[in-house]
Amino acid sequence: MENLTFTQEVKPPDTKKGPVKWLKDNLFNTWYNTILSCLALVFLFFVFRGVLTWVFTQANWEVIPANLQILSIGPYPLEQIWRVSYVIYGLAVLLGLSAGIWDGLTRQITVAIGCLGAIILLLPFEISVREQTLIATVILAVSFAIGRNKHNWKRWVVVGWVLSFPWTMMMLHGFGGDTISTTLWGGLLLTLILAAVGIVACFPLGVLLALGRRSQLPAIRWVSTVYIETVRGVPLIAILFMGNVLLPIFMSGDFQLDKVIRAMIALTLFSAAYMAENVRGGLQAIPSGQVEAAQAVGLTYPKAILFIVLPQALRAVIPAIVGQFISLFKDTSLVSIIGLLDLLGIGRSVLGNTDWTGLQTEVFLFVGLIYFIFTYAMSHVSQQIEADLGVGKY
Amino acid sequence: MTENENTTNDPIIICEDVHKWFDDFHVLKGITTTFKKGEKAVICGPSGSGKSTFIRTINRLEEHQRGTIIVDGIELSNDLRNINLIRQEVGMVFQQFNLFPHLTNIKNITLGPIQVRKMSKNAAEEAALALLERMDIADQAYKYPAEISGGQQQRVAIARALAMEPKIMLFDEPTSALDPEMISEVLDVMRELAHSGMTMLVVTHEMGFAREVADRIMFFDEGVVIEEAPPADFFDNPQHERTKLFISQTLQH
Repeated sequence: MENLTFTQEVKPPDTKKGPVKWLKDNLFNTWYNTILSCLALVFLFFVFRGVLTWVFTQANWEVIPANLQILSIGPYPLEQIWRVSYVIYGLAVLLGLSAGIWDGLTRQITVAIGCLGAIILLLPFEISVREQTLIATVILAVSFAIGRNKHNWKRWVVVGWVLSFPWTMMMLHGFGGDTISTTLWGGLLLTLILAAVGIVACFPLGVLLALGRRSQLPAIRWVSTVYIETVRGVPLIAILFMGNVLLPIFMSGDFQLDKVIRAMIALTLFSAAYMAENVRGGLQAIPSGQVEAAQAVGLTYPKAILFIVLPQALRAVIPAIVGQFISLFKDTSLVSIIGLLDLLGIGRSVLGNTDWTGLQTEVFLFVGLIYFIFTYAMSHVSQQIEADLGVGKY
Repeated sequence: MTENENTTNDPIIICEDVHKWFDDFHVLKGITTTFKKGEKAVICGPSGSGKSTFIRTINRLEEHQRGTIIVDGIELSNDLRNINLIRQEVGMVFQQFNLFPHLTNIKNITLGPIQVRKMSKNAAEEAALALLERMDIADQAYKYPAEISGGQQQRVAIARALAMEPKIMLFDEPTSALDPEMISEVLDVMRELAHSGMTMLVVTHEMGFAREVADRIMFFDEGVVIEEAPPADFFDNPQHERTKLFISQTLQH
């Protein structure tokens, strides 16, 4: 058996190309493609030159540092700003501990936030801002070091995250006689709180509604369907208005919900309807054999849903769910319509100041950049989660 | 060997005039039969004859609409507690395996014992590893179902059913979705299980397996049992014309 040519390894054809070859093959392969490529290059050159010239020579960026504080926290009283700092310190402890205990994604996020802190330290912000950032970053690093490999702390850290919400609200609002009205909350602070609450609350509600819509019990199915279809048929602005104007009329005089709380409820209820439809899409993708197999080993129907159907269904619709979260984050800007001063609302009120008239482009670009940073981070995290869970692999 | 040495005379499944409709379609038209503890029954028949539906009524994956089914002394009714009790006693293996793709093989097996039998995680894993050893796939314990072959997946599915320590095992065409070379590894495991004394109801087209292992072969057609007999009689001396046709067609290849 000398003649073994058929067992010789055959290498796949070389498909790699150098950049020059790529350009030649894709942009300059025919005479009309060459013309189009040249025209596009000229166009891009003028656009970039225009933008860069404006950014570096014509734009008046003074408006941003001068209003950075109000863009961050709105009209929140300056002498109470330590409350915001304490909230950030608390979150830094939790985040640091989590990053120490869970590796992978949590650690990546934490490192990214730590780097952000370091960058703020190096930028020419006010001394007090840099001082707070330094403390927060140090707390983050120390709790990370403490939390390393403390696997038996997991439960307590989760409890900590759950408690972080009431803690944040209480810290910011103050307790006892010395309180800060939520009408003074604003800027990025308000945007983040509204978005965080909306995201955390709409998710379980959406899952319940999705399960309800597929329920065998007609009453539950009917209520869920009517809720989802009604809410989806109404614009968010209308729901915010209703929460703002109608809710106080229905409630008794002594007990009135805070305006910010009402906005939170409206955002949550609105997103939950969309979330429900996203989750339902995932539920429908799971073959009935999965529930049958779970029931055949004796699992009750609720347990079959919890352990078998939901994990697979949610994994399948992570992109849609994160899309919903991103959309909710941006939708928080609509609360300015009921008089709350979120990031965008504050930006507009800055422009109302005669010192800064005519600087819309600068302010809106900056606000847009902030929105972009947060939404891009969410999108990136979702891609990481998908990769970690092996979505599309099995 | 026709009569298995493990078969007893105690009835474990009693079916009385079982009827089932899918909308207007009459799938089961009055099935009356008794399975004894330790008995191996092979159920065959053309597709659409109601054989799968029949074994799915035994653990209530399908609800029967008339008649009674008593499994291990418990009557199947709409009482959820009864259904859950019976499902703990009756293991099932599906044509499409129906493993849980998001769980490793060992977690597929331990889920039932931990959640239903309230076993500790360690004890459940130990038992699961022993079962995988018995199925000859202990090295696949920590892989995901999608990472192993069809024959291995079906053996994990058998281990998952056995982990609940059932008294009865239902097999719904367990080899029909497998490549030909993987059929024998699954049949070997089922043969071993049969010799261990398990009560087994097997829907299958594997006539060689049926002849070797079964105590009784039931032939279904259009929702009724038209012939049932020990394998020797069934294959060599079929009474009914429909059975003769079926046997001649299945044994041709």
